Amino acid sequence: MRITRVSAVAAAAASVCVLAAACGGGSSSGGSGGGSAGSTKNATITYWASNQGASLQADYNTLNPELKKFKQQTGITVKLQVIGWADLLNRILAATTSGQGPDVVNIGNTWSASLQATGAFLPFDSNTISQVGGTSHFLASAMGSTGAAGQTPTAVPIYSLAYGLYYNKAEFKAAGIANPPATWDEMVADGKKLTKGGNYGLAIEGANPSENIHNVFILSKQKGGSFFDASGNPTFTTAANVAAVQQWVNFMATDKIVNPGDAEYDQNQSLSDFAKGKAAMLLWQAAGTTLKADGMAPDAYGVAAPPVESGTPSASNPDSMVAGINIAVFKGSKNQAAALKFVKFMTSQSESTVLNGKYGSIPPVKAALAATPPANQEQTVLRDVLSNSAVALPQVPKEAQFETTVGAAVKNLFADAAAGKPVSAATVKQQLASAQAQMAG
Amino acid sequence: MTVSIRHDAPSAGSDTGRGRAPDPGRRSSRLWQRVRKGGLPYLFLLPALLLELLIHFIPMIFGILISFKQLTLFFIRNWQGAPWAGWSNYHVAVDFHAAIGSALLHSFWVTCAFTVLAVGLSWLFGTVAAILTQDTFRGRAVLRTIFLTPFALPVYASVIVWAFMFQYNNGLVNQLLHNTLGITSKPSFWLIGHNSFFALVIISIWRNWPFAFLCVMAGLQGIPRDLYEASAIDGAGIWQQIRKITMPSLRAVNQVLVLVLFLWTFNDFTTPFVLFGSSAPSPADVISIHIYQASFITWNFGEGSAMSVLMLLFLLVVTAAYLLVTSRRSSNG
Amino acid sequence: MAKRRGLMAPPPSFLWTRRIVLTLLALFALVPVYVMISSSVKPLQDVTSTFRWIPTPLTLAPYHDIWYTVPLARYFLNSLIVSASAAVLSVAVAVFAAYAVSRYGFRGKRIFTTAVLSTQMFPGILFALPLFLIFVSIGNATGIPLFGSRGGLIITYLTFSLPFAIWMLTSYFESVPKALDEAALVDGCGPVRALFRVVIPAALPGIVAVTIYAFMTAWGEVLFASVMTNNTTRTLAVGLADYSTQNNVYWNQIMAASLVVSVPVVAGFLIMQRYLVAGLTSGAVK
Repeated sequence: MRITRVSAVAAAAASVCVLAAACGGGSSSGGSGGGSAGSTKNATITYWASNQGASLQADYNTLNPELKKFKQQTGITVKLQVIGWADLLNRILAATTSGQGPDVVNIGNTWSASLQATGAFLPFDSNTISQVGGTSHFLASAMGSTGAAGQTPTAVPIYSLAYGLYYNKAEFKAAGIANPPATWDEMVADGKKLTKGGNYGLAIEGANPSENIHNVFILSKQKGGSFFDASGNPTFTTAANVAAVQQWVNFMATDKIVNPGDAEYDQNQSLSDFAKGKAAMLLWQAAGTTLKADGMAPDAYGVAAPPVESGTPSASNPDSMVAGINIAVFKGSKNQAAALKFVKFMTSQSESTVLNGKYGSIPPVKAALAATPPANQEQTVLRDVLSNSAVALPQVPKEAQFETTVGAAVKNLFADAAAGKPVSAATVKQQLASAQAQMAG
Repeated sequence: MTVSIRHDAPSAGSDTGRGRAPDPGRRSSRLWQRVRKGGLPYLFLLPALLLELLIHFIPMIFGILISFKQLTLFFIRNWQGAPWAGWSNYHVAVDFHAAIGSALLHSFWVTCAFTVLAVGLSWLFGTVAAILTQDTFRGRAVLRTIFLTPFALPVYASVIVWAFMFQYNNGLVNQLLHNTLGITSKPSFWLIGHNSFFALVIISIWRNWPFAFLCVMAGLQGIPRDLYEASAIDGAGIWQQIRKITMPSLRAVNQVLVLVLFLWTFNDFTTPFVLFGSSAPSPADVISIHIYQASFITWNFGEGSAMSVLMLLFLLVVTAAYLLVTSRRSSNG
Repeated sequence: MAKRRGLMAPPPSFLWTRRIVLTLLALFALVPVYVMISSSVKPLQDVTSTFRWIPTPLTLAPYHDIWYTVPLARYFLNSLIVSASAAVLSVAVAVFAAYAVSRYGFRGKRIFTTAVLSTQMFPGILFALPLFLIFVSIGNATGIPLFGSRGGLIITYLTFSLPFAIWMLTSYFESVPKALDEAALVDGCGPVRALFRVVIPAALPGIVAVTIYAFMTAWGEVLFASVMTNNTTRTLAVGLADYSTQNNVYWNQIMAASLVVSVPVVAGFLIMQRYLVAGLTSGAVK
């Protein structure tokens, strides 16, 4: 009874505050004066890290010693929160609307342009980026995924990745295939040889919108297509895009090198199938640690550059999207100077080497990349792909909508294919048209 | 009828009066008298009212305001500054010839079908189980606990387990239907395609029927035993007793229960979200996920709010009609 | 003595129906639980393999690992505190409101009941965002940390279950004969005393049912918990998702953790269900 009274009073007080807040205007940007703070010593900042390791706990174990190092160097305390991917975007959204957020945050690099459009992050203009080492400090392909073209980036890359073609050495040998396929035609031919006795040539995540997007994007690029025009408007139904989506779905529908069951995969089941030898090939980014957890020894598989339509992979004939994580500073941060120092620290040559080494990702920092030889064959291939033949997903504010609508369309097409329905160019075009029509405004 | 109450209570209303009127002055005590007479029910309602105001109504008004704004990702940081959109969000949502409107309409029908099936069966299962466990028999306590177990498991894990069971390649359901019983000629997809609708319905029933069981069970306790005894003397069998006494007595509980289940199921977000992720297959694209996709994922809150307001209006109409019909029927009967 | 409803023994047709129907319902309720158990003792590689009723090889490692992959104990404690407080407060608030609705005629009664019920029709995803803003404004203005704290979550959840709690309690209270508390009032009790001495004991099964409902509402909520908690106040409902990481999904640990955290809740049900059937039979009426 007492407690209810207290909460009733609190509630009454609260509703008054709400009205006050509603009239008070949006003062969500706390201390945007930023860099003016003279001394950053003894400052405390909050850092939201994304989940990169085997578990959130593992991330704390990896990051905490580095944060201690940072404290020793600068006197700045970093309060760390590792946030799972299921929550990260929602948390950033809440932080953006309410102004109640961290100082520094990790973001998926495909979100860059969308988050940039909200104006929540500190732009890395020439003065700001020079504080963390300058644009040339970072790999060009990774920098290409930090915001819309022609605009000041609002993040810098911290961990990078690229796609590779993982193949099961024993199954390739048994099928008499000497080398991994370099073109899609070769992959289909090899896949057919490898598909027998309940095992399939390729494993995919048919119900995972992001994976579908990454793959059809590249297939379309190789055909000279694009999902957005120069002014950022969707062009989903062009011939190249329709052909790309159809080709991707046809690996299951007509080529039959993908298990129809893959159509419902969206929780890394394709990795587990590959690890168990149920599929001989897999297109993935740094699958090594997961495959190990699923019981596959590192010498049981090889990694090659993903196939292309024809010719050799290059920046103009890309075979992978630029995958990875960026680090950004909230505009609302009360201590931007300390936040920038932290970003500089996290992207310094030594930290980039340490952290990317631990996470099995590729350092997007040129000096770190040059200084450390790749740890294994997987790393060699992925580094090569990232440096030479990877391109960024469309850096447009509507990227999130693009992933949602087109990703769902491809998922529906896989469901049709799995049910044995034909997937014609007309069906694909119709699905893409409906996806495009949903890109409101 | 005997009621034992201790006779030491000094005066009516003293409990609520204590400590509430610190000033013993005449005016305030008269005021207090009036409050005590007519205001007491309001006093009882006050905490509930304030909480609802804070958590539901004020945010709801904000939500309705937002539905008239063009609150896209460009404006969420300074949302008061978002331009007014007039009715345009609503126009887009109800333009059933265009992509967004027709998708919303489709989602609406899916949700209606899903809700009717899931609520009907949850209610049926719960009621049957409660009536059948009304008498004492060996193992009744264990059974009751078993029936409530689905309610106790964390939603996330239960939905994941069902997703496991519905897997195409290795799932228990296909094993059972296809390999063991041979009912289907080939394994079926449950998580994509048309069956995904039924997968969602089954999981929803599994999660909700224990609640129906719980409510009906509690409701059954309120039926006076003499009613049964009298009818038994009149020679009524157990089936007749269930039809003539149990079911009519449950009417009040059922009226609320069905409404609760209806609103719950209609707005259920967690089950489809855990089962399908952010993009549900079109045959199971229920409204909560649909709106989530239209607002949270794409950060277009104006549009999402407009859709939500439309749903709110629909549910208000349905609920009002339901209450009107059920109340009239119960007062006639 | 006469525990049976009627005086006659039920006919065999009833007994057989009862056996069959209850068995089927128990199977329906339990099969997923069994799958959960069997998945929780499999090595990770085997979890997504073909389902077998009796898994081999067996391992208990997941039951050890769950505590280290994710701070499960902390999440569990948070969930318990939040859900229990929300349930108790919600029922406390609802009891008074329901008593007023069921026992008094007053102006605005219809509006109140309808308005309270209508809150259940608003999709959570819509008022989530405004609610964050409100909580943050309250925090900025008064220093009461609602956003990210357990307190904020408790208030939110108790309000979620409040409308139905009021509704259900009203209907349970109405089934308690008014003559009972009128007699108490005549005997000189105040209305509050009558409520506590007469109505609540008589409606105890309903109150228990509503408490369970309110507890479960808070126990399973995902959307608000996902945004309104930080890593110290995170609840189980969302915390379990932490077993599914970027690189690995620890299916077996998800299952093991769910079972472990469900045990106290199921045990609680076992205890509570005794009160579910106590009520009128042992209470004031005969």
